[in-house]
Amino acid sequence: MSTQSDPGAPVKVRRYSGSARLNHWIMAISFVLLLLSGLSLFHPSLFFLSGFFGGGANVRWLHPWIGLVFATGFFLLFLRFLPANLPERTDFTWLGRIGHVLAGRDEYLPEVGKYNAGQKMVFWSQAILVPILLVTGFGLWTPGLEFAEQTFAFKATMDQKRLAALVHAIAAVTAIVIWIIHIYAAIWVRGTMGAMTRGTVTGGWGWRHHRRWLKDEVADGRVENKKPSPAE
Amino acid sequence: MTSFQPLDVVRKSATVTTAPPPKRDVEVAKLIDVSKCIGCKACQSACLEWNDLKEPVGTNVGVYDNPHDLTPNTWTLMRFTEWENPKSGNLEWLIRKDGCMHCEDPGCLKACPSPGAIVQYANGIVDFQKEHCIGCGYCEKGCPFNIPRISRIDNKAYKCSLCSDRLAIGQQPACAKACPTQAIMFGTKTEMIAQAEKNVGILKSRGFDKAGLYNPPGVGGTHVMYVLHHADQPNLYAGLADNPRISPLIEAWKGVSKYAGMAIIGATALFGALHYLVKGPNEVSGHDEAEAKRLAEGRK
Ligand code: HEM
Ligand code: SF4
Repeated sequence: MSTQSDPGAPVKVRRYSGSARLNHWIMAISFVLLLLSGLSLFHPSLFFLSGFFGGGANVRWLHPWIGLVFATGFFLLFLRFLPANLPERTDFTWLGRIGHVLAGRDEYLPEVGKYNAGQKMVFWSQAILVPILLVTGFGLWTPGLEFAEQTFAFKATMDQKRLAALVHAIAAVTAIVIWIIHIYAAIWVRGTMGAMTRGTVTGGWGWRHHRRWLKDEVADGRVENKKPSPAE
Repeated sequence: MTSFQPLDVVRKSATVTTAPPPKRDVEVAKLIDVSKCIGCKACQSACLEWNDLKEPVGTNVGVYDNPHDLTPNTWTLMRFTEWENPKSGNLEWLIRKDGCMHCEDPGCLKACPSPGAIVQYANGIVDFQKEHCIGCGYCEKGCPFNIPRISRIDNKAYKCSLCSDRLAIGQQPACAKACPTQAIMFGTKTEMIAQAEKNVGILKSRGFDKAGLYNPPGVGGTHVMYVLHHADQPNLYAGLADNPRISPLIEAWKGVSKYAGMAIIGATALFGALHYLVKGPNEVSGHDEAEAKRLAEGRK
Protein backbone atom coordinates (compact mmCIF):
# COMPACT_ATOMS: atom_id res chain seq x y z
CA MET A 1 0.00 0.00 0.00
CA SER A 2 1.22 3.49 -0.76
CA THR A 3 0.43 4.62 2.77
CA GLN A 4 3.36 2.51 4.00
CA SER A 5 5.87 5.11 2.94
CA ASP A 6 3.96 7.91 4.70
CA PRO A 7 4.53 7.77 8.46
CA GLY A 8 1.72 10.28 9.13
CA ALA A 9 -1.03 8.34 7.38
CA PRO A 10 -3.24 6.23 9.64
CA VAL A 11 -3.29 2.45 9.46
CA LYS A 12 -6.05 1.15 7.21
CA VAL A 13 -8.04 -1.81 8.46
CA ARG A 14 -10.33 -3.85 6.24
CA ARG A 15 -13.84 -4.03 7.69
CA TYR A 16 -16.12 -5.27 4.88
CA SER A 17 -15.54 -7.30 1.73
CA GLY A 18 -16.87 -6.12 -1.60
CA SER A 19 -19.73 -8.63 -1.56
CA ALA A 20 -20.77 -7.59 1.98
CA ARG A 21 -20.89 -3.97 0.85
CA LEU A 22 -22.82 -4.84 -2.31
CA ASN A 23 -25.31 -6.78 -0.18
CA HIS A 24 -25.63 -3.86 2.22
CA TRP A 25 -26.09 -1.27 -0.54
CA ILE A 26 -28.80 -3.30 -2.27
CA MET A 27 -30.62 -3.33 1.05
CA ALA A 28 -29.96 0.33 1.75
CA ILE A 29 -31.28 1.48 -1.62
CA SER A 30 -34.32 -0.77 -1.50
CA PHE A 31 -35.06 0.34 2.06
CA VAL A 32 -35.06 4.01 1.07
CA LEU A 33 -37.36 3.24 -1.87
CA LEU A 34 -39.67 1.27 0.44
CA LEU A 35 -39.66 4.09 2.94
CA LEU A 36 -40.59 6.70 0.32
CA SER A 37 -43.21 4.57 -1.40
CA GLY A 38 -44.65 3.22 1.85
CA LEU A 39 -44.86 6.60 3.54
CA SER A 40 -46.65 8.07 0.50
CA LEU A 41 -49.59 5.80 1.34
CA PHE A 42 -49.15 6.14 5.08
CA HIS A 43 -50.45 9.67 5.48
CA PRO A 44 -52.25 12.05 3.11
CA SER A 45 -49.68 14.77 3.81
CA LEU A 46 -46.99 12.47 2.39
CA PHE A 47 -48.93 11.34 -0.70
CA PHE A 48 -46.80 13.71 -2.80
CA LEU A 49 -43.90 11.24 -2.31
CA SER A 50 -45.68 8.98 -4.79
CA GLY A 51 -44.56 11.53 -7.41
CA PHE A 52 -41.02 10.08 -7.21
CA PHE A 53 -42.42 6.83 -8.58
CA GLY A 54 -44.67 8.37 -11.20
CA GLY A 55 -47.89 8.27 -9.20
CA GLY A 56 -49.80 6.21 -6.67
CA ALA A 57 -50.61 3.34 -9.02
CA ASN A 58 -46.88 2.74 -9.57
CA VAL A 59 -46.28 2.87 -5.84
CA ARG A 60 -48.97 0.24 -5.34
CA TRP A 61 -47.31 -2.35 -7.58
CA LEU A 62 -43.64 -1.37 -7.12
CA HIS A 63 -43.50 -1.30 -3.32
CA PRO A 64 -44.17 -5.02 -2.77
CA TRP A 65 -41.60 -6.05 -5.40
CA ILE A 66 -38.95 -3.79 -3.87
CA GLY A 67 -39.98 -5.37 -0.57
CA LEU A 68 -39.07 -8.79 -1.93
CA VAL A 69 -35.64 -7.54 -3.05
CA PHE A 70 -35.14 -5.97 0.37
CA ALA A 71 -36.24 -9.04 2.31
CA THR A 72 -33.96 -11.30 0.25
CA GLY A 73 -31.06 -8.90 0.79
CA PHE A 74 -31.76 -8.78 4.49
CA PHE A 75 -31.89 -12.56 4.77
CA LEU A 76 -28.46 -12.91 3.15
CA LEU A 77 -27.00 -10.13 5.29
CA PHE A 78 -28.53 -11.70 8.38
CA LEU A 79 -26.70 -14.98 7.77
CA ARG A 80 -23.48 -13.17 6.95
CA PHE A 81 -23.47 -10.92 10.02
CA LEU A 82 -25.09 -13.30 12.48
CA PRO A 83 -21.89 -14.69 14.11
CA ALA A 84 -20.57 -11.22 14.97
CA ASN A 85 -23.93 -10.12 16.40
CA LEU A 86 -24.41 -12.77 19.06
CA PRO A 87 -24.96 -11.15 22.45
CA GLU A 88 -22.18 -11.30 25.04
CA ARG A 89 -21.58 -10.11 28.59
CA THR A 90 -19.85 -6.81 27.65
CA ASP A 91 -22.98 -5.76 25.75
CA PHE A 92 -24.77 -5.25 29.04
CA THR A 93 -21.88 -3.27 30.52
CA TRP A 94 -21.91 -1.14 27.37
CA LEU A 95 -25.66 -0.58 27.60
CA GLY A 96 -25.36 0.26 31.28
CA ARG A 97 -23.04 3.10 30.30
CA ILE A 98 -25.32 4.48 27.59
CA GLY A 99 -24.79 7.97 29.04
CA HIS A 100 -21.09 7.80 28.15
CA VAL A 101 -22.02 6.41 24.73
CA LEU A 102 -24.25 9.38 23.96
CA ALA A 103 -21.64 11.79 25.31
CA GLY A 104 -19.01 10.28 23.02
CA ARG A 105 -16.77 9.29 25.95
CA ASP A 106 -15.54 6.01 24.45
CA GLU A 107 -12.72 5.83 27.01
CA TYR A 108 -15.27 4.88 29.69
CA LEU A 109 -16.70 2.01 27.66
CA PRO A 110 -15.60 -1.62 27.69
CA GLU A 111 -13.51 -2.81 24.74
CA VAL A 112 -15.99 -4.11 22.17
CA GLY A 113 -15.66 -6.58 19.35
CA LYS A 114 -16.82 -6.07 15.78
CA TYR A 115 -20.18 -4.72 16.94
CA ASN A 116 -21.25 -2.86 20.05
CA ALA A 117 -24.53 -3.50 21.82
CA GLY A 118 -26.25 -0.65 19.95
CA GLN A 119 -25.30 -2.08 16.58
CA LYS A 120 -26.41 -5.52 17.70
CA MET A 121 -29.77 -4.08 18.73
CA VAL A 122 -30.21 -2.55 15.28
CA PHE A 123 -29.37 -5.94 13.79
CA TRP A 124 -31.77 -7.89 15.98
CA SER A 125 -34.69 -5.47 15.79
CA GLN A 126 -34.52 -5.53 12.00
CA ALA A 127 -34.22 -9.33 12.17
CA ILE A 128 -37.60 -9.35 13.91
CA LEU A 129 -39.22 -6.55 11.90
CA VAL A 130 -38.32 -7.67 8.38
CA PRO A 131 -40.12 -11.04 8.62
CA ILE A 132 -43.12 -9.22 10.13
CA LEU A 133 -43.09 -6.68 7.28
CA LEU A 134 -42.77 -9.48 4.75
CA VAL A 135 -45.69 -11.51 6.08
CA THR A 136 -48.00 -8.54 6.65
CA GLY A 137 -46.89 -7.06 3.31
CA PHE A 138 -48.08 -10.22 1.59
CA GLY A 139 -51.39 -9.84 3.42
CA LEU A 140 -51.87 -6.41 1.82
CA TRP A 141 -50.68 -7.35 -1.64
CA THR A 142 -53.64 -8.36 -3.83
CA PRO A 143 -51.78 -10.57 -6.36
CA GLY A 144 -49.19 -11.67 -3.79
CA LEU A 145 -51.84 -12.80 -1.35
CA GLU A 146 -53.73 -14.64 -4.08
CA PHE A 147 -50.51 -16.46 -4.95
CA ALA A 148 -49.78 -17.28 -1.30
CA GLU A 149 -53.35 -18.50 -0.76
CA GLN A 150 -53.12 -20.83 -3.75
CA THR A 151 -49.65 -22.07 -2.84
CA PHE A 152 -50.37 -22.74 0.82
CA ALA A 153 -54.11 -23.58 0.46
CA PHE A 154 -55.60 -21.11 2.91
CA LYS A 155 -57.94 -18.13 2.76
CA ALA A 156 -57.12 -14.97 4.68
CA THR A 157 -60.11 -13.48 6.49
CA MET A 158 -60.94 -9.80 6.20
CA ASP A 159 -59.97 -9.22 9.83
CA GLN A 160 -56.59 -10.84 9.20
CA LYS A 161 -56.05 -8.44 6.30
CA ARG A 162 -57.05 -5.50 8.49
CA LEU A 163 -54.64 -6.66 11.16
CA ALA A 164 -51.94 -7.02 8.50
CA ALA A 165 -52.46 -3.37 7.51
CA LEU A 166 -52.20 -2.15 11.11
CA VAL A 167 -49.18 -4.30 11.95
CA HIS A 168 -47.40 -3.43 8.68
CA ALA A 169 -47.79 0.26 9.44
CA ILE A 170 -46.56 -0.11 13.04
CA ALA A 171 -43.62 -2.34 12.02
CA ALA A 172 -42.72 0.10 9.23
CA VAL A 173 -42.68 3.05 11.63
CA THR A 174 -40.48 1.07 14.05
CA ALA A 175 -38.13 0.04 11.24
CA ILE A 176 -37.88 3.64 10.06
CA VAL A 177 -37.09 4.88 13.59
CA ILE A 178 -34.33 2.28 13.90
CA TRP A 179 -33.07 3.20 10.44
CA ILE A 180 -32.84 6.88 11.47
CA ILE A 181 -30.80 5.88 14.55
CA HIS A 182 -28.60 3.64 12.36
CA ILE A 183 -27.91 6.42 9.83
CA TYR A 184 -27.37 9.02 12.53
CA ALA A 185 -24.84 6.83 14.34
CA ALA A 186 -22.92 6.36 11.09
CA ILE A 187 -22.80 10.13 10.56
CA TRP A 188 -22.10 11.06 14.17
CA VAL A 189 -19.29 8.56 14.67
CA ARG A 190 -16.79 10.02 12.23
CA GLY A 191 -14.92 7.60 10.01
CA THR A 192 -17.72 5.04 9.93
CA MET A 193 -18.98 5.67 6.40
CA GLY A 194 -15.71 4.45 4.89
CA ALA A 195 -16.57 0.98 6.17
CA MET A 196 -19.44 0.79 3.68
CA THR A 197 -18.05 2.96 0.88
CA ARG A 198 -14.44 1.77 0.64
CA GLY A 199 -14.62 -1.23 2.94
CA THR A 200 -11.93 0.12 5.26
CA VAL A 201 -11.68 2.15 8.45
CA THR A 202 -8.64 3.69 10.06
CA GLY A 203 -6.85 1.90 12.85
CA GLY A 204 -7.65 4.81 15.14
CA TRP A 205 -11.38 4.30 14.50
CA GLY A 206 -10.97 0.67 15.44
CA TRP A 207 -8.89 1.57 18.51
CA ARG A 208 -11.47 4.10 19.70
CA HIS A 209 -14.71 2.23 19.00
CA HIS A 210 -13.97 -1.48 18.49
CA ARG A 211 -10.69 -2.11 20.27
CA ARG A 212 -11.17 -5.83 20.83
CA TRP A 213 -11.99 -6.29 17.16
CA LEU A 214 -8.87 -4.31 16.15
CA LYS A 215 -6.68 -6.35 18.47
CA ASP A 216 -8.06 -9.58 17.02
CA GLU A 217 -7.49 -8.35 13.48
CA VAL A 218 -3.88 -7.44 14.32
CA ALA A 219 -3.29 -10.68 16.21
CA ASP A 220 -4.63 -12.72 13.29
CA GLY A 221 -2.32 -10.85 10.90
CA ARG A 222 -5.13 -9.20 8.98
CA VAL A 223 -3.73 -5.69 9.48
CA GLU A 224 -0.69 -4.79 7.42
CA ASN A 225 2.41 -4.26 9.52
CA LYS A 226 3.62 -0.74 8.86
CA LYS A 227 7.26 -1.24 9.91
CA PRO A 228 9.35 -1.37 6.74
CA SER A 229 11.14 -4.67 6.78
CA PRO A 230 14.96 -4.37 6.65
CA ALA A 231 15.11 -6.63 3.60
CA GLU A 232 13.41 -4.06 1.41
CA MET B 1 -67.89 8.83 -13.91
CA THR B 2 -70.43 11.34 -12.79
CA SER B 3 -72.00 14.67 -13.52
CA PHE B 4 -71.89 15.96 -9.98
CA GLN B 5 -69.80 19.08 -9.49
CA PRO B 6 -66.90 19.60 -7.05
CA LEU B 7 -69.13 21.70 -4.81
CA ASP B 8 -71.43 18.71 -4.34
CA VAL B 9 -68.63 16.86 -2.55
CA VAL B 10 -68.73 16.93 1.24
CA ARG B 11 -65.99 14.40 1.97
CA LYS B 12 -62.93 13.19 0.11
CA SER B 13 -60.56 10.30 0.86
CA ALA B 14 -57.05 11.13 2.17
CA THR B 15 -57.87 14.83 2.21
CA VAL B 16 -57.92 17.08 5.22
CA THR B 17 -60.69 19.60 4.76
CA THR B 18 -59.92 22.88 6.46
CA ALA B 19 -62.73 24.95 4.98
CA PRO B 20 -66.14 24.47 6.62
CA PRO B 21 -67.84 21.51 4.96
CA PRO B 22 -70.29 22.51 2.25
CA LYS B 23 -73.94 22.49 3.22
CA ARG B 24 -75.56 19.08 3.12
CA ASP B 25 -78.13 18.67 0.40
CA VAL B 26 -81.35 16.76 0.78
CA GLU B 27 -80.17 13.23 1.50
CA VAL B 28 -81.33 10.52 -0.86
CA ALA B 29 -81.91 6.86 -0.10
CA LYS B 30 -82.78 3.60 -1.77
CA LEU B 31 -85.20 1.43 0.15
CA ILE B 32 -85.27 -2.30 -0.56
CA ASP B 33 -88.25 -4.20 0.84
CA VAL B 34 -86.93 -7.77 0.77
CA SER B 35 -90.43 -9.13 1.41
CA LYS B 36 -91.55 -7.83 -1.96
CA CYS B 37 -88.60 -9.19 -3.94
CA ILE B 38 -89.39 -12.11 -6.25
CA GLY B 39 -85.74 -12.77 -7.12
CA CYS B 40 -86.14 -12.00 -10.81
CA LYS B 41 -82.77 -10.22 -11.01
CA ALA B 42 -84.12 -7.47 -13.26
CA CYS B 43 -82.17 -5.04 -11.06
CA GLN B 44 -78.98 -7.01 -11.57
CA SER B 45 -79.44 -6.91 -15.34
CA ALA B 46 -80.37 -3.24 -15.32
CA CYS B 47 -77.20 -2.48 -13.35
CA LEU B 48 -75.02 -4.31 -15.89
CA GLU B 49 -76.80 -2.64 -18.76
CA TRP B 50 -76.76 0.94 -17.49
CA ASN B 51 -73.16 0.75 -16.33
CA ASP B 52 -72.09 -1.06 -19.49
CA LEU B 53 -70.64 -4.03 -17.58
CA LYS B 54 -70.36 -7.68 -18.58
CA GLU B 55 -70.04 -10.63 -16.28
CA PRO B 56 -68.41 -13.68 -17.88
CA VAL B 57 -70.58 -16.81 -17.93
CA GLY B 58 -69.84 -18.71 -14.71
CA THR B 59 -70.44 -22.20 -13.41
CA ASN B 60 -73.66 -23.53 -11.89
CA VAL B 61 -73.10 -25.08 -8.49
CA GLY B 62 -76.78 -25.61 -7.77
CA VAL B 63 -77.68 -22.29 -6.17
CA TYR B 64 -79.51 -19.27 -7.51
CA ASP B 65 -76.75 -16.79 -6.68
CA ASN B 66 -75.23 -15.85 -10.01
CA PRO B 67 -72.39 -14.95 -10.06
CA HIS B 68 -71.34 -16.45 -6.73
CA ASP B 69 -70.11 -13.17 -5.31
CA LEU B 70 -69.89 -9.48 -6.07
CA THR B 71 -67.20 -8.81 -8.68
CA PRO B 72 -65.68 -5.73 -10.31
CA ASN B 73 -68.52 -6.06 -12.86
CA THR B 74 -71.37 -7.19 -10.63
CA TRP B 75 -72.09 -4.24 -8.37
CA THR B 76 -75.33 -5.69 -7.12
CA LEU B 77 -76.09 -9.35 -6.49
CA MET B 78 -79.22 -11.19 -5.41
CA ARG B 79 -78.32 -13.49 -2.53
CA PHE B 80 -80.72 -16.36 -1.82
CA THR B 81 -81.12 -18.05 1.56
CA GLU B 82 -83.40 -20.97 2.42
CA TRP B 83 -84.38 -20.70 6.06
CA GLU B 84 -86.64 -22.89 8.12
CA ASN B 85 -88.49 -20.65 10.55
CA PRO B 86 -88.40 -22.57 13.85
CA LYS B 87 -91.55 -20.82 15.10
CA SER B 88 -93.83 -21.49 12.14
CA GLY B 89 -92.01 -24.47 10.70
CA ASN B 90 -92.26 -22.75 7.31
CA LEU B 91 -89.48 -22.78 4.77
CA GLU B 92 -88.75 -19.13 3.96
CA TRP B 93 -86.93 -18.04 0.88
CA LEU B 94 -85.02 -14.92 1.86
CA ILE B 95 -83.73 -12.88 -1.04
CA ARG B 96 -81.49 -9.91 -0.45
CA LYS B 97 -80.14 -7.50 -3.02
CA ASP B 98 -76.52 -7.08 -1.92
CA GLY B 99 -74.42 -4.07 -2.85
CA CYS B 100 -72.98 -0.84 -1.50
CA MET B 101 -74.98 0.56 1.43
CA HIS B 102 -73.67 4.12 0.98
CA CYS B 103 -72.85 4.57 4.68
CA GLU B 104 -73.08 7.99 6.23
CA ASP B 105 -69.71 7.14 7.86
CA PRO B 106 -67.96 5.28 5.02
CA GLY B 107 -65.18 2.89 6.04
CA CYS B 108 -63.84 2.71 2.47
CA LEU B 109 -63.38 6.46 2.34
CA LYS B 110 -61.60 6.49 5.69
CA ALA B 111 -59.22 3.73 4.62
CA CYS B 112 -58.40 5.05 1.13
CA PRO B 113 -54.87 6.54 0.90
CA SER B 114 -55.36 8.28 -2.46
CA PRO B 115 -56.70 11.83 -2.29
CA GLY B 116 -60.11 12.09 -3.94
CA ALA B 117 -60.38 8.45 -5.04
CA ILE B 118 -63.48 8.13 -2.86
CA VAL B 119 -65.87 11.03 -2.32
CA GLN B 120 -69.13 11.52 -0.52
CA TYR B 121 -71.65 13.83 -2.11
CA ALA B 122 -73.89 16.25 -0.30
CA ASN B 123 -76.83 13.91 -0.97
CA GLY B 124 -75.06 11.09 0.89
CA ILE B 125 -73.83 8.99 -2.03
CA VAL B 126 -70.36 7.47 -1.64
CA ASP B 127 -68.69 7.31 -5.04
CA PHE B 128 -65.37 5.97 -6.37
CA GLN B 129 -63.44 8.27 -8.70
CA LYS B 130 -61.67 5.86 -10.99
CA GLU B 131 -59.04 8.31 -12.23
CA HIS B 132 -57.64 8.81 -8.72
CA CYS B 133 -57.83 5.15 -7.64
CA ILE B 134 -54.46 3.39 -7.33
CA GLY B 135 -55.88 -0.10 -6.76
CA CYS B 136 -54.34 -0.66 -3.33
CA GLY B 137 -57.39 -2.48 -1.94
CA TYR B 138 -57.51 -0.50 1.32
CA CYS B 139 -61.22 0.25 0.69
CA GLU B 140 -61.98 -3.49 0.75
CA LYS B 141 -60.52 -3.63 4.25
CA GLY B 142 -62.28 -0.48 5.41
CA CYS B 143 -65.75 -1.61 4.28
CA PRO B 144 -67.91 -3.17 7.03
CA PHE B 145 -70.13 -4.82 4.37
CA ASN B 146 -67.42 -6.45 2.18
CA ILE B 147 -68.52 -4.61 -0.97
CA PRO B 148 -65.65 -3.08 -3.03
CA ARG B 149 -63.84 -5.32 -5.50
CA ILE B 150 -60.52 -4.60 -7.22
CA SER B 151 -60.39 -5.42 -10.91
CA ARG B 152 -57.37 -7.51 -11.82
CA ILE B 153 -57.63 -6.10 -15.34
CA ASP B 154 -57.28 -2.37 -14.72
CA ASN B 155 -56.43 -2.46 -10.98
CA LYS B 156 -59.25 -0.12 -10.01
CA ALA B 157 -61.85 -0.50 -7.28
CA TYR B 158 -65.51 -0.93 -8.26
CA LYS B 159 -68.85 -0.87 -6.49
CA CYS B 160 -72.39 0.50 -6.85
CA SER B 161 -72.41 4.25 -7.50
CA LEU B 162 -76.10 4.53 -6.60
CA CYS B 163 -76.29 5.63 -10.24
CA SER B 164 -74.87 9.01 -9.27
CA ASP B 165 -74.69 9.80 -12.99
CA ARG B 166 -78.43 9.17 -13.40
CA LEU B 167 -79.33 11.07 -10.25
CA ALA B 168 -77.34 14.08 -11.43
CA ILE B 169 -79.76 14.39 -14.35
CA GLY B 170 -82.86 13.72 -12.30
CA GLN B 171 -83.27 9.99 -12.98
CA GLN B 172 -83.71 7.29 -10.38
CA PRO B 173 -81.19 4.43 -10.08
CA ALA B 174 -81.39 1.85 -12.87
CA CYS B 175 -82.20 -1.02 -10.49
CA ALA B 176 -85.13 0.85 -8.91
CA LYS B 177 -86.49 1.68 -12.34
CA ALA B 178 -86.26 -1.93 -13.50
CA CYS B 179 -87.82 -3.57 -10.42
CA PRO B 180 -91.28 -4.96 -11.41
CA THR B 181 -92.64 -5.24 -7.84
CA GLN B 182 -91.43 -1.93 -6.39
CA ALA B 183 -89.30 -3.85 -3.93
CA ILE B 184 -86.67 -1.20 -4.75
CA MET B 185 -87.82 2.35 -4.06
CA PHE B 186 -85.93 5.58 -4.32
CA GLY B 187 -86.45 9.07 -2.87
CA THR B 188 -85.25 11.38 -0.17
CA LYS B 189 -84.06 9.67 2.97
CA THR B 190 -86.97 11.14 4.96
CA GLU B 191 -89.48 9.89 2.41
CA MET B 192 -87.94 6.46 2.38
CA ILE B 193 -88.02 6.18 6.18
CA ALA B 194 -91.71 7.12 6.10
CA GLN B 195 -92.30 4.59 3.32
CA ALA B 196 -90.48 1.93 5.34
CA GLU B 197 -92.80 2.55 8.30
CA LYS B 198 -95.79 1.82 6.09
CA ASN B 199 -94.24 -1.35 4.70
CA VAL B 200 -93.21 -2.52 8.16
CA GLY B 201 -96.77 -1.92 9.37
CA ILE B 202 -98.13 -4.12 6.59
CA LEU B 203 -95.64 -6.87 7.43
CA LYS B 204 -96.55 -6.70 11.11
CA SER B 205 -100.23 -6.98 10.27
CA ARG B 206 -99.33 -10.13 8.34
CA GLY B 207 -97.77 -11.65 11.47
CA PHE B 208 -94.11 -10.68 11.04
CA ASP B 209 -93.96 -9.07 14.44
CA LYS B 210 -90.18 -8.56 14.22
CA ALA B 211 -90.37 -6.68 10.91
CA GLY B 212 -88.37 -3.48 10.81
CA LEU B 213 -86.11 -1.05 9.01
CA TYR B 214 -82.40 -1.78 8.58
CA ASN B 215 -80.61 1.58 8.78
CA PRO B 216 -77.67 0.63 11.01
CA PRO B 217 -76.58 3.39 13.45
CA GLY B 218 -73.06 1.89 13.79
CA VAL B 219 -72.13 3.46 10.46
CA GLY B 220 -74.21 6.60 11.00
CA GLY B 221 -77.12 5.14 9.02
CA THR B 222 -77.02 4.18 5.37
CA HIS B 223 -78.36 5.57 2.11
CA VAL B 224 -79.43 2.10 1.06
CA MET B 225 -81.86 0.65 3.58
CA TYR B 226 -83.76 -2.62 3.86
CA VAL B 227 -87.19 -3.49 5.12
CA LEU B 228 -86.65 -6.92 6.70
CA HIS B 229 -89.36 -9.29 7.94
CA HIS B 230 -86.89 -10.52 10.58
CA ALA B 231 -85.20 -7.25 11.49
CA ASP B 232 -84.07 -8.81 14.78
CA GLN B 233 -81.85 -11.23 12.81
CA PRO B 234 -80.27 -9.41 9.84
CA ASN B 235 -77.68 -12.17 9.69
CA LEU B 236 -80.31 -14.56 8.28
CA TYR B 237 -80.22 -12.64 5.03
CA ALA B 238 -77.05 -14.17 3.57
CA GLY B 239 -74.91 -12.84 6.42
CA LEU B 240 -76.06 -9.22 6.50
CA ALA B 241 -74.08 -7.62 9.35
CA ASP B 242 -76.12 -7.51 12.58
CA ASN B 243 -74.30 -4.50 13.92
CA PRO B 244 -72.02 -3.08 11.24
CA ARG B 245 -69.34 -0.58 12.18
CA ILE B 246 -65.92 0.35 10.93
CA SER B 247 -63.56 -2.27 12.38
CA PRO B 248 -61.57 -1.08 15.43
CA LEU B 249 -58.50 -2.39 13.58
CA ILE B 250 -59.19 0.09 10.78
CA GLU B 251 -59.88 2.89 13.27
CA ALA B 252 -56.54 2.18 14.98
CA TRP B 253 -54.69 1.89 11.67
CA LYS B 254 -56.13 5.09 10.23
CA GLY B 255 -56.20 6.96 13.52
CA VAL B 256 -53.73 6.60 16.35
CA SER B 257 -51.10 4.69 14.34
CA LYS B 258 -50.80 7.61 11.89
CA TYR B 259 -50.48 10.37 14.48
CA ALA B 260 -48.24 8.37 16.80
CA GLY B 261 -46.18 7.11 13.86
CA MET B 262 -45.55 10.57 12.41
CA ALA B 263 -44.76 11.94 15.88
CA ILE B 264 -42.31 9.16 16.75
CA ILE B 265 -40.47 9.40 13.43
CA GLY B 266 -40.28 13.18 13.77
CA ALA B 267 -39.12 13.00 17.39
CA THR B 268 -36.32 10.56 16.51
CA ALA B 269 -35.05 12.77 13.70
CA LEU B 270 -35.27 15.82 15.95
CA PHE B 271 -33.37 14.03 18.72
CA GLY B 272 -30.59 13.22 16.23
CA ALA B 273 -30.36 16.83 15.07
CA LEU B 274 -30.29 18.19 18.63
CA HIS B 275 -27.75 15.59 19.77
CA TYR B 276 -25.45 16.61 16.94
CA LEU B 277 -25.86 20.31 17.67
CA VAL B 278 -25.11 19.84 21.36
CA LYS B 279 -22.43 17.13 21.28
CA GLY B 280 -20.84 17.60 17.87
CA PRO B 281 -19.30 14.69 15.99
CA ASN B 282 -17.54 11.82 17.73
CA GLU B 283 -14.11 12.13 16.18
CA VAL B 284 -11.13 9.79 16.14
CA SER B 285 -8.15 11.58 17.72
CA GLY B 286 -4.53 11.60 16.65
CA HIS B 287 -3.85 9.70 19.85
CA ASP B 288 -6.22 6.91 18.74
CA GLU B 289 -4.42 6.66 15.40
CA ALA B 290 -1.02 6.58 17.08
CA GLU B 291 -2.15 3.82 19.44
CA ALA B 292 -3.49 1.81 16.50
CA LYS B 293 -0.22 2.24 14.64
CA ARG B 294 1.74 1.10 17.67
CA LEU B 295 -0.50 -1.95 17.95
CA ALA B 296 -0.23 -2.77 14.24
CA GLU B 297 3.54 -2.48 14.29
CA GLY B 298 3.73 -4.78 17.27
CA ARG B 299 5.43 -2.20 19.53
CA LYS B 300 4.62 -2.29 23.22
C1 HEM C 1 -40.55 -6.88 3.25
C2 HEM C 1 -41.35 -6.81 2.24
C3 HEM C 1 -42.48 -5.83 2.10
C4 HEM C 1 -43.63 -6.09 1.41
C5 HEM C 1 -43.96 -7.37 0.65
C6 HEM C 1 -44.47 -4.92 1.53
C7 HEM C 1 -45.74 -4.78 0.98
C8 HEM C 1 -46.60 -3.73 1.19
C9 HEM C 1 -47.90 -3.61 0.59
C10 HEM C 1 -48.53 -4.63 -0.34
C11 HEM C 1 -48.43 -2.43 1.01
C12 HEM C 1 -49.79 -1.87 0.62
C13 HEM C 1 -49.63 -0.87 -0.48
C14 HEM C 1 -49.22 -1.51 -1.77
O1 HEM C 1 -49.96 -2.35 -2.31
O2 HEM C 1 -48.13 -1.18 -2.24
C15 HEM C 1 -47.47 -1.80 1.87
C16 HEM C 1 -47.65 -0.60 2.53
C17 HEM C 1 -46.67 0.04 3.28
N1 HEM C 1 -45.36 -0.40 3.47
FE1 HEM C 1 -44.62 -2.17 2.89
N2 HEM C 1 -43.83 -3.97 2.27
C18 HEM C 1 -42.60 -4.48 2.64
C19 HEM C 1 -41.60 -3.83 3.38
C20 HEM C 1 -41.72 -2.54 3.88
C21 HEM C 1 -40.67 -1.83 4.60
C22 HEM C 1 -39.27 -2.37 4.90
C23 HEM C 1 -41.18 -0.63 4.95
C24 HEM C 1 -40.51 0.48 5.73
C25 HEM C 1 -39.59 1.23 5.24
C26 HEM C 1 -42.54 -0.58 4.47
C27 HEM C 1 -43.39 0.49 4.64
C28 HEM C 1 -44.71 0.54 4.26
C29 HEM C 1 -45.61 1.58 4.61
C30 HEM C 1 -45.29 2.81 5.48
C31 HEM C 1 -46.84 1.28 4.00
C32 HEM C 1 -48.11 2.09 4.09
C33 HEM C 1 -48.90 1.57 5.25
C34 HEM C 1 -50.15 2.38 5.47
O3 HEM C 1 -50.82 2.73 4.49
O4 HEM C 1 -50.44 2.64 6.64
N3 HEM C 1 -42.84 -1.75 3.81
N4 HEM C 1 -46.35 -2.62 1.97
S1 SF4 D 1 -58.32 0.68 -4.24
FE1 SF4 D 1 -58.70 2.77 -4.99
S2 SF4 D 1 -60.59 3.43 -4.00
FE2 SF4 D 1 -59.88 1.61 -2.89
S3 SF4 D 1 -58.66 2.45 -1.21
FE3 SF4 D 1 -57.19 2.07 -2.86
S4 SF4 D 1 -57.10 4.01 -4.00
FE4 SF4 D 1 -58.92 4.14 -2.67
